[in-house]
Order: sequence, then structure tokens, then C-alpha cells
Amino acid sequence: MFGRLSFDYLPHELVTVGGVAAGGVGILLGIAAMFYFKKWTWLWKEWMTSVDPKRIGVMYLVVAALMMLRGLADALMIRAQQATSVGSAHGIVSSDTFQQVFSAHGTIMIFFVAMGLIFGLMNLIVPMQIGARDVAFPFLNSMSFWLYVSGFVLINLSLAIGGFSGAGWLAYPPLSEMQYSPGPGVDYWIWSLQIAGIGSLLSGINFVVTILKMRAPGMTLMKMPIFIWSVLGSLSLIVFAFPILTATLSLLALDRTLGMHFFTANGGGDPMMYVNLIWAWGHPEVYILVLPAFGVFSEVVATFSGKRLFGYTSMVWAIWAIVFLSYSVWLHHFFTMGSGADVNTFFGIMTMIISIPTGVKMFNWIFTMYRGRVRFTVPMLWFMGFVVTFTLGGVAGVLMAIPPADFQFHNSLFLVAHFHTMIVGGVVFGMFAAFNYWFPKFTGFKLNERLGRYSFWCWLVGFLLAFVPLYILGFMGATRRLDHYDPSLGWQGLFIVAGLGVGVICLGVGFQLLQIGVSIWKRNENRDVTGDPWGGRTLEWMTTSPPPEYNYALIPTVTERDEFWALKQRPKKAASAPLEPIIVPNNTAAGVYIGAFAFLFGFGFIWHIVWLIIVGLIGVIYSVLVRLSEDTTEHEISVNEIKKTEAVAAAKRRKLA
Amino acid sequence: MGIHHKQQSGKKYILLIIGISVVVLVIVVGMLLSRMDIPVLMPKGIMARQERDLMFEALLLSGIVVVPVFTMLFLIAWKYRASNTKARYEPDWDRNTLLESIWWGIPCLIILILSVITWQSTHALDPYKPLTSSVKPIKIEVVSLDWKWLFIYPDQHIASVNLMQIPVNTPINLQLTSDAPMNSFWVPSLSGQIYTMSGMSTQLHLMGDTIGDYNGVSANISGVGFAGMKFVARVSSNSTFNSWVVASQHSKQKLGVDEYNTLARPSQNVPASQYALKQDDLYDTVLMKYMAPMQDNTMPGMEMN
Repeated sequence: MFGRLSFDYLPHELVTVGGVAAGGVGILLGIAAMFYFKKWTWLWKEWMTSVDPKRIGVMYLVVAALMMLRGLADALMIRAQQATSVGSAHGIVSSDTFQQVFSAHGTIMIFFVAMGLIFGLMNLIVPMQIGARDVAFPFLNSMSFWLYVSGFVLINLSLAIGGFSGAGWLAYPPLSEMQYSPGPGVDYWIWSLQIAGIGSLLSGINFVVTILKMRAPGMTLMKMPIFIWSVLGSLSLIVFAFPILTATLSLLALDRTLGMHFFTANGGGDPMMYVNLIWAWGHPEVYILVLPAFGVFSEVVATFSGKRLFGYTSMVWAIWAIVFLSYSVWLHHFFTMGSGADVNTFFGIMTMIISIPTGVKMFNWIFTMYRGRVRFTVPMLWFMGFVVTFTLGGVAGVLMAIPPADFQFHNSLFLVAHFHTMIVGGVVFGMFAAFNYWFPKFTGFKLNERLGRYSFWCWLVGFLLAFVPLYILGFMGATRRLDHYDPSLGWQGLFIVAGLGVGVICLGVGFQLLQIGVSIWKRNENRDVTGDPWGGRTLEWMTTSPPPEYNYALIPTVTERDEFWALKQRPKKAASAPLEPIIVPNNTAAGVYIGAFAFLFGFGFIWHIVWLIIVGLIGVIYSVLVRLSEDTTEHEISVNEIKKTEAVAAAKRRKLA
Repeated sequence: MGIHHKQQSGKKYILLIIGISVVVLVIVVGMLLSRMDIPVLMPKGIMARQERDLMFEALLLSGIVVVPVFTMLFLIAWKYRASNTKARYEPDWDRNTLLESIWWGIPCLIILILSVITWQSTHALDPYKPLTSSVKPIKIEVVSLDWKWLFIYPDQHIASVNLMQIPVNTPINLQLTSDAPMNSFWVPSLSGQIYTMSGMSTQLHLMGDTIGDYNGVSANISGVGFAGMKFVARVSSNSTFNSWVVASQHSKQKLGVDEYNTLARPSQNVPASQYALKQDDLYDTVLMKYMAPMQDNTMPGMEMN
């Protein structure tokens, strides 16, 4: 009846039990608070069933932030283990648990934090910045989000029932096959990624169509803000790379559940085929994450330099060079496979070529500040920190692009330090810059600058403390994923420094949480009534903060690249076009139901419960059919309502000004 | 006024913190490094030595881009700070063909040079390429097991677990496979890594030029015993090597297929031990295990209830 589910799969180890208990208490407190404040209806009507990309964006950010705290807890455990598990001491967790922890850390940080943050950002910014009121397919957007949540629930559930994969964040076979990993851990990994990944793919398609079809009149491709170009680059990578992930995970799932032999070591399977396929997705994934961050920095540096972005056309070419090249470098993740000098040379050189457009972007950003008026606000600090860390990480990357040098770096802590420099220094710093930059747009008040600066410095210093030792440890021959090592190697000091670094990063996170708390509490001190607190350049700063449901009462007509900046320079004209009724999509619960049934489907596969798989599958199909046969999916906002909303915003502005 | 003042003091404060942290970092790292054993940077074998030199070459070339980036970042950010109202302000200056050509062109040139270096070094340091030497090479067959390393010396008719002894200045021809999940063979002092994969045979050629014991590890996660999957790579004089071979040939422990199957069972933190080899083609037998059609019925199927 319940497949292989049994009480044996409940957690035993103290750390896991503690984690589950803490999580459980947190959830219970949350539920109790919801009942106490009678907020269930509000949560359901205003948020869960909402198809407004602004709301969906905020929900993405909330889930990603929760996952970041979980991923950070994993990071702390990894550091604690490696700082203490030396010689006769064996650290805080067993080998098995340690392997689950680092596998979960990587999986969570990439799939649920980084992806969640960029989708959150896209939802919030893309429609507004192209002068649109919504995305192309609002219901699909909600469904994508709930598939992501479904993956999020699955991966966290593994902590309580059955344990997670211990095969690393990419679960190379044959280790991830039934022969070596018979438990449900790898299945949790497969199905949480599979479900969330399908959500990502659908979102990718949705936003490509949004950008290509829904731009404001006059906004030709070469007048799009560079953030939109970056996002479009990232999205086209999603659209072409995620199907590879879906197919690869499916094949591994077939191996594991039906005893097939795509990637098994025996029976004619080829594990290296998996390694090729997973990196054919995995390398583009790196650029899927970092391109939107590049876009954020382009907006931030132009805004806070009070100047046009330097070399716009170069930037667009650089983005597309990166997009195309990112598909031709995947083999550099396994030069050590022994594929021969010619093949290795090709992929080595392709990898180096990709550093050219990235370098061009660096110079263009720096020259955006040239002859500008640079204001060192918090987003700008993140930009400066990004240039420093990302350039250093890039050098490490060029070193590793040379195959014979890579033979000495591969799978060492040097590599671990390198990709953390790129992902933390690039993607995470970019998302923090974005958060500080666009926060006032959605709340109507700015974030506290002082606490923002504190958090930046803690992050930067903590980051260097945490990862410079790892570069050195790599040179010392330390491989990644070790749960124990010999004291004679002399590694412990550096591991302790790295642990302290993560501690300083945690302090930075503390300041960020404090920053949000204090800013909300003292919101009247940082209130922005203009809708344009930074001297913005792009359309989103035109409308009120927070924007109305329909973003723009009148869709702006674009004549220039930095339309809003140009508009502020031109003499003011009275609004010409008359208001018209606006059609907006109705809320729908179908996305939530589909996410829930997808969860049951995945859970059934993980535990081999056939009837649950069938229930989940039928549930998903049925929910889609019901949604597709709904007659009215939209409603109209009348001109009177628009006028009322606009008048309220204007009155508020007058009152506070 | 107030805003400007605030920003200026904030900036001083930032520069101060940057300065202090960089200085402290350099001192601490320098002190630590001077006392440490860093195999990748202090190689004891000819492959590892050339690989290190290559890293330095590439690092210097990258410097041509990195130094200007850092210099310009801080100089330009400082000069064009908002409080410096004397600096030129041209909000619409957004392109310059010459400048853009420079920063497309120079990185292209550097990458061109690096590409030539990559082509040459990748072929010169191809792990599959035998080393040129007047000394007759020694053949060692390596099998990664759960969770230990087996070294088979077919010509010497011996085998060794978790100890790879080799004579100094002698080319070593390694053939590697796995009878476990994929592992990566790595002795950072001697040479870079190569994967070991079931049913596939990879090659690595190396030579130790300094007598000593070096750490050998698996660099690819292979299950719970992974951290303990290390071996000693012992570079010894020819005579020491020869007497070790003779002693191993007379070892009480013999290694044939049956003993191998016992050895191959998962075990952790296995101490080094030597065997007299009963079957010289043991390596091929292990390799063929994965190439032959499936015979066993022990594959896990799915029990659907």
C-alpha cells in the first residue's frame, strides 16, 4: 500500500532530528499565527491564487530566502565538520549525513535559491520595465511557481522522511544508480529537480514570449533596457537547456525505478553519457544565473552614475556571444575523463573565448562611471564588490580552462572556491544589489542604507575569509567533499579560517534581516512618494511605488533607450491619450492544485507507491482540463476605478510631499 | 550638504576597511603559506612540475586584463564620485569606438596567445602520451574499489593495496579502471588527475624525480568510505623498489580472482598490504566484468506494491 515507506526511514542522527524539529516548530508557529491573525483567506485570495507577476515575484523571493537560510545552515555544517573532523576526531556528523548535507547544499543553492531569486526578479521587473501590465501567460506563470514550490516541499521533506541523496549536487552515476544508492535519497533529488525544472522551463517560455510580444509601443529591440536583454539571453538558455535536464533526469529515473540501463556501469549503460548530458545543461545553467545579475549591474551602474550605460551595442553582442558560447564548453567540467588532447584543447579554447565578452562587459561598466556622478549607495557597493570578486574568480576560471592545469585543480577545493566566487560574487551579489535597488519600487520606502552597508562589508570580508583559504587548500591537494582528513596534512588552520568566514557571512545575513525589519518599522523615515527615488532611467520608475495592479494607467510610448531619463529632460506635456478600461486576469487556484498533485506524483515515484503516482498524474491532467474549460478568466477594471486608484496615489503623494 | 558630508565620511571609512582587511589578509596568508606543504606548487614529478609552470604563465597573461580592471575601477569610481563636482560630467557620453575596440581587441589577443599555449601544452602533457626516457618504463594497473586502491604490477607479478611504490626517475605507465563508482586518481605531487571508470580503461603517465612519500587520493565522491580512500605514492631508489618487489613476490597473501572478489567487497580505511599475483591478467578480468553481457540477476528491480 505504501511502497517502501516505513518507520525505518525516520531520521536517527541528532543533527537531522534537530533540523526536523526546528522546521516542524517553525511550521506550527506559522500556522498558529495564521489562525490567530485570521489571515488564511487573505493568504489564499491575495497571494496563493494570485496571477499578478508582482505577487508571484514576491512569493518566489520568500521561498528562495527560506531556502537560502536552509542552504546556509548546510554550509555551516560543512564548515563545522571540516574544521573539526581531523585525526581521531570525527566531527559533528557521520560520513553519510555529511554527504547528504553537501549534496543538499549544492542542490538547494542552485535550484531553489539562485533560480528562485532570478525568477522572482524577472516576475517583478520584466513586465514593468518593458511597459507591460502582465506576462504573456499569467496562469502558466502561477503554475510554474507552484511547481517550484512542489519541488521545494519535496526536497525539504527528505530531511524528515528517508534522507537526501549523498551523490553530490549532480548525482553522477553509477554512484547515483540503485546498485550504489538504493535508498530514496537520489529519488528525492531527481523528483524535486524534475518538478521544479519543468516549472523553470515553462517560466522560460512564458517570459521569452512576454519580452518578444508585449513591449510598449516604440520599444524596439535595440531600445530595450540592457537588463531585459540580459534576461532574454538567460531565458533563451533556459528554453534550450532545461529540456536536456528533464530528459536526463527521466532516463536516470527509468534506470532507478524500472531497472533500465541508460547510465549503469553494467548492462551496456554508459555513465559518462550522463556526465555529458548533465553538463550540457549544467554549463548553460551557470550563465542562466549570471546573465540576469549582469543585467542588474548594468542598470545599477548607469543609474548611480547618472549616465547612460557605456557601450550598449557592445553589451548586447557580449550577451549573445556568451549565450552561444555557453553551449560549447561543457566538457571542461571533465577534462580528466581522458577524452584525448584534441577534444580537450577544443573545449579549453572555447572556454577561454567566453571570457572575452565577459571582460568587455567589465570595461563597459567601469566606463559607465567615467565622466559620471557616482553615488555609492548600497547597490553600488555590491557592484564594486562584484567586479573585484568576479574578476578574481574569472582568472581562476581561465587557469582551469587549460586542460593540463585543470588536471591539478579538478574536484579540488580550488574548484569549489572558483565556482563559489562566480556564483556568490556574481549571482548572489547581483541579487542583493537588485533587492536594495528595486525594493522601494514595490514598497514605497527605501531600505536602511547604514545596515545595508554593514551587511555588504560583512558579506565581502566573510566571503574572502571563507574562500581564499579554499583556493590555498586546493593547491595543497585538498579534494572537495571530504568528511575527514589527517592532521599531518596541515589543513585544519585554513578550514577553521574558512569556517570563521562563513560566520562573518552569517553576520551579514543577520544585518540584512535587521535591515528589512528596521526599514519596515521606520518606513516613514525613508518614504518615497515620487516613485523614482534614485533618479531612475527606465520605465518602471515612471509609475507609482508600489505600482497599481495594472502597472501603468496609460501604456507609455517609448522613443529612446533610457526613456524615463529622457522624459525627465524633456519639457512636460499634459497626458494626451484618454484612459481606457484595463483587462486583467482573474485569480485562479488551478496552479496551486497542479503543484499539489505534482507533489503527490513525485512522492509516489520516490516511495514506489503506484496508486499515488496515478492519483498525482490524473490530478494534474484534470486540473489543467478544468482550468482550460473555464469560460471567464479575465475581468475589466473600469475607467472610474483606474481614476480612483490614481487619485488616491496622487493624494498620498501630496500629503507626504 | 548633509548628504554629501555623510557620503564622504562613509567613503573614507570604506577605504580604511578595504586597506586594513587587505593588509591583514596578505600577512596572515603569507605567514601560513610559508610554513605549509603545498604539493601542487612544490611538485616532485615532471608532469606536476610542467603543469605548475603552465599555471604561472596563464596567471601572468591574465594580469594584463586584471590589473587595468582593478586600477580603473577604483580610480574612476573615486575621481567621478558625486561629491567631486569639479570632475567632468557628460551624462550622454556612452560610446567610443576606439576604446571599445581596445577592450574587445586586447582580450582577443591574450586569448589567442593562451590558445596556442593550450594547444601545445594539452598535447605535450596529454596523460595518454608515454614519457620519453632512456629508462624502461614500469607498467602498473590501477583498480579503484569501494573504498581502496589496488595496484597491479603485472610484469613484477605483484599487487599492492593503498600503496603505490615506484622507482625514482623511471617512467610509469598507469592503466586505470574502476570496480566501484567512478573515482579520480590523484597524486598532486606527481601529476594531475585521471578518472577511473568501470568497463573503461584510462591511462596516465608519470615520473617521480624526488624520493619521498606523497599523498594519493580519490578526487571524486564514491560513497561513504570516500574520505578514507587514500594511498601512499612512494617514490624510492631503484634498489629499495626492487627489494620491495621481491618481498611482495614472497608475500603470504596471494591475489587471484577469488581473493580479488573478497578484497573488492566494500571496506573502509584499509591499511596498505602487498600480494603475490596469481593471475597476471586480473586487470583485464576486472575490466571485462562490465563489458560482457549481463549474467547476474542481482540487479535491483522495482517492487511495486
